[in-house]
Amino acid sequence: MTATTPNLIPAYPELLLFGMIALIMLVDAFWPKAGTAENKGRALFWLSIIALALTGALSLAMLGAADRSYAFTNMFVVDQMANLLKIGAYVCVGITFVYSRRYMAERGLLSGEFYHLSLFALLGGMIMISANNFLTLYLGLELMSLSLYAMIALNRDSVISTEAAIKYFVLGALASGLLLYGLSMMYGASGTLDIAGNTTTIAKALADGVAKRNMVLFGLVFAVAGLAFKLGVVPFHMWIPDVYHGAPTPVTLMVGSAPKLAAFAMMVRLLVNGLSHVAADWQEMLVIMAVLSLALGNLGAIAQTNIKRMLAYSTISHMGFVLLGLASGVVDGNRLNAADAYGSALFYILTYTLTTLASFGMVILLSRKGFEADKLEDFKGLNSRNPWYALLMLIIMFSLTGIPPTMGFYAKLAVLQAAVAAHMTWLAVVAVVFSLIGAFYYLRVVKLMYFDEPLDHEPLVADAASRTLLSLNGAALLLLGLLPGGLMGLCVVVMRTSL
Amino acid sequence: MQSFPILTLCIWAPIIGGLLVMATGGDKNAKLARNLALLFSLASLAVTLPLLLDFNSSTAGFQFVERSVWVERFHIEYYLGVDGISMLFVPLTAFITVLVVLAGWEVIDTRVSQYMGAFLILSGLMVGVFCALDGALFYFFFEATLIPMYVIIGVWGGQNRVYAAFKFFLYTLAGSLLTLVAIVYLYTKSGSFDITAWHNLPLSLTEQKYIFVAFLLAFAAKVPMWPVHTWLPDAHVQAPTGGSVVLAAIMLKLGAYGFLRFSLPIAPDASRDLAGLMIALSLIAVVYIGLVALVQADMKKLVAYSSIAHMGFVTLGFFMFKDGSPIGMAVEGGIVQMISHGFISGAMFLCIGVLYDRMHTREISDYGGVVNTMPKFAAFAVLFAMANSGLPATSGFVGEFMVILGAVKFNFWVAFFAATTLIFGAAYSLWMVKRVYFGDIANDHVRHLKDIGAREFTILALLAIAVLYMGINPKPFTDVMHASVNELAQHVAKSKI
Repeated sequence: MTATTPNLIPAYPELLLFGMIALIMLVDAFWPKAGTAENKGRALFWLSIIALALTGALSLAMLGAADRSYAFTNMFVVDQMANLLKIGAYVCVGITFVYSRRYMAERGLLSGEFYHLSLFALLGGMIMISANNFLTLYLGLELMSLSLYAMIALNRDSVISTEAAIKYFVLGALASGLLLYGLSMMYGASGTLDIAGNTTTIAKALADGVAKRNMVLFGLVFAVAGLAFKLGVVPFHMWIPDVYHGAPTPVTLMVGSAPKLAAFAMMVRLLVNGLSHVAADWQEMLVIMAVLSLALGNLGAIAQTNIKRMLAYSTISHMGFVLLGLASGVVDGNRLNAADAYGSALFYILTYTLTTLASFGMVILLSRKGFEADKLEDFKGLNSRNPWYALLMLIIMFSLTGIPPTMGFYAKLAVLQAAVAAHMTWLAVVAVVFSLIGAFYYLRVVKLMYFDEPLDHEPLVADAASRTLLSLNGAALLLLGLLPGGLMGLCVVVMRTSL
Repeated sequence: MQSFPILTLCIWAPIIGGLLVMATGGDKNAKLARNLALLFSLASLAVTLPLLLDFNSSTAGFQFVERSVWVERFHIEYYLGVDGISMLFVPLTAFITVLVVLAGWEVIDTRVSQYMGAFLILSGLMVGVFCALDGALFYFFFEATLIPMYVIIGVWGGQNRVYAAFKFFLYTLAGSLLTLVAIVYLYTKSGSFDITAWHNLPLSLTEQKYIFVAFLLAFAAKVPMWPVHTWLPDAHVQAPTGGSVVLAAIMLKLGAYGFLRFSLPIAPDASRDLAGLMIALSLIAVVYIGLVALVQADMKKLVAYSSIAHMGFVTLGFFMFKDGSPIGMAVEGGIVQMISHGFISGAMFLCIGVLYDRMHTREISDYGGVVNTMPKFAAFAVLFAMANSGLPATSGFVGEFMVILGAVKFNFWVAFFAATTLIFGAAYSLWMVKRVYFGDIANDHVRHLKDIGAREFTILALLAIAVLYMGINPKPFTDVMHASVNELAQHVAKSKI
């Protein structure tokens, strides 16, 4: 491919989204003073949904065309994995918009910023997903992170939100610094910023002698630390509980869903695509972090009384599972099972985001003006208040536990299989032992809903759109638990073509 | 081969029925929910009849097979079929479910639709466990049964129900999660989840031992074997009557069935090596738990411990090897005991339910002389207690006798200790009968007891017929399983190393 005629087609979704964000910002800024805030909110909401639908249609069309294409002189790549993850990210953001509309409006937070910051975060995530160059990767990461920092502080009168935002910002900036430092080391060793090109130059650098090898590994440690922070695994997890707890619940949902997909893509791009020659080294790091995350996430969650904090710790443990899949790709230098292993990690993270959407969607659903349903005891007796939502929450909790017939079971099965195929049966045993511990706190939520009497007798006030979508969301967990074949197969195909 | 998907119908008819019953909503539609539940449970029983009629007991192979791809990525198949070992449990499950629906007819008055729905769904899932021939499908059903049972114990249970529900769930999950690793390992090794392919998969002795232990953890917790039995008395005591009946009559059998379908044929060498351990654990269950049952003051606890002792007999029957293969007579005795215990323990818990509904106590000391006020009921109760202690001409005798006969061939002392069950079983069952039913009327509550009505009479009569029929004419039951058990014994005799 020549650089003389810029080929922008692969970047059309990003460009389109950027155009729509600009439009939304203009509409927000120049909305006639006479118009009501309600109409403005409605207009912004629908414009955002349209933006997501259009970009979604574009990405879907590109998912159909199976080839891999580059843009901006190889700095930007679109492959199957990129398309699938982007579609996942649109779904996450779209669902979050629907769930959060009433909640944000009731608290006076449904300003234009919520929409454009979310969409900018999404844009940043998309750039990360498609990055084929250290610089593109970093740009995307910063765009996403800065938007999220601001969103967490959206409720600026809340002390706890501000604290969460500052904490996230300081730690996030530090992690970005670590990542950048690591990348610069690798640049020093290989002399290129190109990720895919890196593979060959790194191989050369490794063959060059111990000094260069050490430089690459030194850089690798910092890069993995930066990545681990974004994914939120132990020991770089400290921000997760505070941010999940402190942010307004819709923003928690925004932080906990689409960015995880982007962080996953970043891991695959950097480690799998770029640094496969030192796979043995980074896999070892991932295994250690996976075990620690499983342990700390599950044990930490038991002690929580706030459901958002509980789900934050549960996130940490689930990311441990994702790492398990990522760490099982290369066995003794053999990449035969790579697509299966990375495909299982991809399936796991998609399952996780779908479940997260539903679980925080439930928290939003139970909240109403002046009341946050973020305590565990707010779920007491939900079965007598509304059996349908109790049933949905039961499905969500069992999906998080990994009990059939829910999607979570297959996610767990796939990752365990990857670990066993990589001769790490002991790791699979560790993982199931900790997920047994995890079962306790998910069961506790079911217990509160079904076995206890309600403390709160107010009727649920959610709007029809979010009720319907939440029902579909929960039903999807069950349906994909009964018929997981299609998506599982897709995940493997996608990873095979993207390696 | 059968073109009509009869097993699919047996599994999904109650599940879909259960969902429909749940859809009737709140308690203002309770009557509709009850009628629908009865209708669906009867329909689910009716669809199992072709199994009984068309089953060919001269072949050991799987019958009524259905096979289609389910999850292509992992070659998981929707692979169903029954052989002589599993076939009888399908109608048994459906039959017990009908009784449970009837038993909860008047007693359950809150969240009726959820109660009935949960039992129907549970019934379908348990039938699925018995029919699945794909490892992942088996695990799918095996684990899924935990959800409705957890809810049943927790919502409609007694005082300490939350503790019991958690203990039940976590104990059984702890065992089965390691089984998941074993299943995944077998898949990775063989490239499919087909259980019949696993039967012929060569495995080294070390591998077999790990796999055997992983399966043992799941199945032993489910059976339950000593020393992982402690969840059962709690679960039984706290569960509503229907929950206890299903637990004792069917759910415990899932574990015992697992030994026959997984442990023995997949890890035959390990089974041979570790048979001593299994026999020891089983004898401890028979003797020690039998003595524990003797001192219980709570009727439900007593029957719960008696269940553990009887299931000890089942596992004892499965693991007595002679000349390298399990003794066929004893294995058959174990399976007969599983079915018979399904009837008898179900009946015992229903009897306790009848008393509890009237007196709201399960303490033996609160009763006495019930026969004077409830003569019809007392007749049934005495019959079932006799069956529980292994009286000839009841189904309880057949299985125990076959296992003891097998044990005599195996080792005198094993047979000796196994035979003590006839003494202990009689002691705890009959002593309870004496204290609860006979003697003078103990107090005013007993004096005002009303005898059983038509609904309760029907339930108990059906079970009494089953117990007596199986006791007097056990041949049809053993004929069904004969070919498959022989085949299993021959398969286990071959080393896989």
